[in-house]
Amino acid sequence: MNYKMMGKFLSQILMVEIVFMIPALLISIFDGEYPAVTGFVVTILITAVISLVLYVLCRNSKNRFFAREGFVCVGISWIAISFFGCLPFWISREIPHFVDALFEMASGYTTTGASILSNVEAMSRGLLYWRSFSHWLGGMGVLVFLLALAPNRESGSGFTMHLLRAESPGPNVGKLVPKMRTTARILYLIYILLTILDLMFLLLGGMSLFDAVCTAFGTAGTGGFGIKNDSMAGYSPYIQNVCTVFMFLFGINFSCFYLLLIKQVKAVWKDEELRLYCTIVFTGILLVIWNLKDYYATIGETIRHAAFQVVSVVTTTGFATTDFDLWPNFSKMLLLFLMFTGACAGSTAGGLKVGRVLLLFKNLRRNIRRLLNPRRVETVRVNGVRTAEEVLRNTNTYLVAYALIMVISILLVSVDELSISTDISAVVSCFNNIGPGLDMVGPTANYSVFSDFSKLVLIFDMLAGRLEIFPILILFSRSTWRRK
Amino acid sequence: MKIIIAGDGKVGLTLTQKLAAEGHDLTLIDSKQSVLDSSIERFDVMGVQGNCASMIILEKADVRHADLLIAATSTDEVNLLCCMTAHGLNPALNTIARIRNPEYGKQIFTMRDVYSLSLIINPEKQAAREIERLIKYPGFLQRDTFAKSRVEIVELRVAKDSGLCDVRLLDLERTVKCKVLVCAVSRGGEVSIPGGHFILREGDHVFITATSENLTLLLQNLGVITHKAKRVMICGGGRIGYYLAERLAKNRVMVQLIEQDRERCEELADRLPPEVCVINGDASSQFLLESEGIQDCDVFVTMTGMDEMNMILSLYAKNCGVPQVITKVGHLEKSSIHDSLDLGSVICPKELCCNEIVRYVRAKQNTEGAALTLHNIADGQVEALEFVADEQTKFLDTPLSEIKLRQNILIACITHGSNTVIPSGDSVYRIGDSVIIVAKGGMTLLQLNDIFQ
Repeated sequence: MNYKMMGKFLSQILMVEIVFMIPALLISIFDGEYPAVTGFVVTILITAVISLVLYVLCRNSKNRFFAREGFVCVGISWIAISFFGCLPFWISREIPHFVDALFEMASGYTTTGASILSNVEAMSRGLLYWRSFSHWLGGMGVLVFLLALAPNRESGSGFTMHLLRAESPGPNVGKLVPKMRTTARILYLIYILLTILDLMFLLLGGMSLFDAVCTAFGTAGTGGFGIKNDSMAGYSPYIQNVCTVFMFLFGINFSCFYLLLIKQVKAVWKDEELRLYCTIVFTGILLVIWNLKDYYATIGETIRHAAFQVVSVVTTTGFATTDFDLWPNFSKMLLLFLMFTGACAGSTAGGLKVGRVLLLFKNLRRNIRRLLNPRRVETVRVNGVRTAEEVLRNTNTYLVAYALIMVISILLVSVDELSISTDISAVVSCFNNIGPGLDMVGPTANYSVFSDFSKLVLIFDMLAGRLEIFPILILFSRSTWRRK
Repeated sequence: MKIIIAGDGKVGLTLTQKLAAEGHDLTLIDSKQSVLDSSIERFDVMGVQGNCASMIILEKADVRHADLLIAATSTDEVNLLCCMTAHGLNPALNTIARIRNPEYGKQIFTMRDVYSLSLIINPEKQAAREIERLIKYPGFLQRDTFAKSRVEIVELRVAKDSGLCDVRLLDLERTVKCKVLVCAVSRGGEVSIPGGHFILREGDHVFITATSENLTLLLQNLGVITHKAKRVMICGGGRIGYYLAERLAKNRVMVQLIEQDRERCEELADRLPPEVCVINGDASSQFLLESEGIQDCDVFVTMTGMDEMNMILSLYAKNCGVPQVITKVGHLEKSSIHDSLDLGSVICPKELCCNEIVRYVRAKQNTEGAALTLHNIADGQVEALEFVADEQTKFLDTPLSEIKLRQNILIACITHGSNTVIPSGDSVYRIGDSVIIVAKGGMTLLQLNDIFQ
């Protein structure tokens, strides 16, 4: 294992984190919130020292880097940024309990948006900004950001593919253009442009700048940290609708936006995953509207709330405009199932991903047909291109690992003796990076009801869900660390 | 540059490695996804799976915005069709095709014009040419020309009993009695640009630049055997063997060509000049080699399809006392293993072919740039660049001994009109002269003034 190379990466990632902590520090200084200022300054100093030590120790690393190193590197990096990112909360005593702070930060970076805070509005603005910003960075990925910055020579070898594959969601990760650095830059460029567009629409709706920035970060990363206790319910219908539209957009595969940029509209129009995504979203909205027909005063309100909640759950954002825990059973169940599918591969969303669901269904259909005609030979095609059998195998394996982790987590969490729907929805919601669940972890409640042990299990679930399980599993597997 | 490589085989892979390291945008086309996947994991490239001669696949590889297409699949006809199709889609595209069938050999230049190709590469023919050169100038491990063939660069291994061993570079001129310049020394894999007080040791690989005339002198004065090879024994009658035998026979060298396959022997005997002695037999049999007179031949060349066989045969020939042995290696990359075994000169056709393409790419890329990268020495650890001195250049007409250069930079030669000199302390350069410098790789040298302290 190439420890030096990994150390070098880690050192660079911590540097990136420090740089991004500075705006939050400035906000705290501007507001005169001295506990938060101390928190940030101490964290920056600690992180900088560790980063420098790592850099000095690992500066002459060799460039031999394989899939194993890629996975481990991604896993360790995410744990490290969550750990160092949570220090400001803990040191400033705004979240006095360490596991709570770690939970909050892991939830931020993995774009889950599950919170242990019962009164968000009591937090200082610097820390609120930092919490929301972690969504933005975590949405597209920290290592992808690093690849966009890396000098050509370093990103210029194939191992970066392992990093992209480990960090970007989806069954079949590929580059947009031959160079990794250019690919990373294009992705971030699209991401930044869409975020700015979102921000402008929110500002047009009369939102204050700070609220708009935090909401835009939460939407872009499909995270869902609200800065108000009632999430998005207090804002005007216009702002809620803007959020619905942008959550939907951030759930689309970013390569579709790239194809639009290079004017290949037809390829986007014909994209099977995008079509399925739209179908799922619109069917979901229609079913919820039908189920809620007499629930709200006007049909317009019903449509607005139904659309917002469905899109928020499908894209795994987790904002809420209403307490859907009070909705009828059918709608709640529907939302719970939509949590599993998630949005498109290659977006900032979590969940199984529509692309994977598509492959699973096509493979299932093929296998059923094979039962009828045992000698039938058939390939699985997506967008007219054959999907390699290996990808299908991996997708099936992924589903097994996904189900297994979920079942074990639910079992572990149930030790806390809360209700069954709380346990199940909490794990489903954290593992798929959504945020709110049902019952005691519903949109108006929070995760502070759980014990520390359950919180650690949920932190593991969030990280495993964001990194698509394998990097985290590999990190905890004994054979990874065995020396020859 | 945006480059498409069609065919991700041996040559494709080596090319990918070299071109990716130079920072080009590479797209690979191959019919096998697994081959592409392994390339994508090793290098920063994109892969398109499919038939490289089909328009849809070429479009997918974004041929319309590409600058260069290199067709290196195993079939000549596919390569040609691929280049023609791509050229049709993008008339501004430069195309390089690998054509290896000897039946097309005579029409290569016509073919290039007819199909508007930029370059045709024949790896086997190139390898044969390289081996012929080595036979003509024995004692060198590698030999190449650059700066429009005005300057030669040779790689020499310092043997214990050679005149170079334990010589201080300042005294080199006295020892070899002619003007040459040691521009790089590779010791144990580490390459450096030596100063005057550097002392050569046994086992060093030295890279020497000299003008062509001085090269022969250098050989004589070093005591390296320079008598002309008269008898050459070639094992393996593949394409390289065929080309080599043909070339050598033209130079009136006696050639014995051993080939196992009876039918191939007949074909060779039919096509080669009658002076070539084609022998049907198994080259791995010591009896055969002895009966054909391995002890009396001047050069022994192993060209069979198996690397292991070639290496063992070469060791055997060395053991028999053959003065010069040349080994072809197809699969293994040039590695330290070859140094540890006494295999003589090692030829790797795919490397040669890739080097030529890489040189072409560099020249294309640098037509606008100030510097022309001419040559990579010792696997790219050192490179030679050519600059033209103009009014802005500093230290015009100043003797070189008074100029302070940056570390690890050396002026290798100065060309004034048609006169090329290897510079000494009192040489000067004037406006319009082209100056070739040798620098350690990784330095950014954009103009001539960058080399000064």
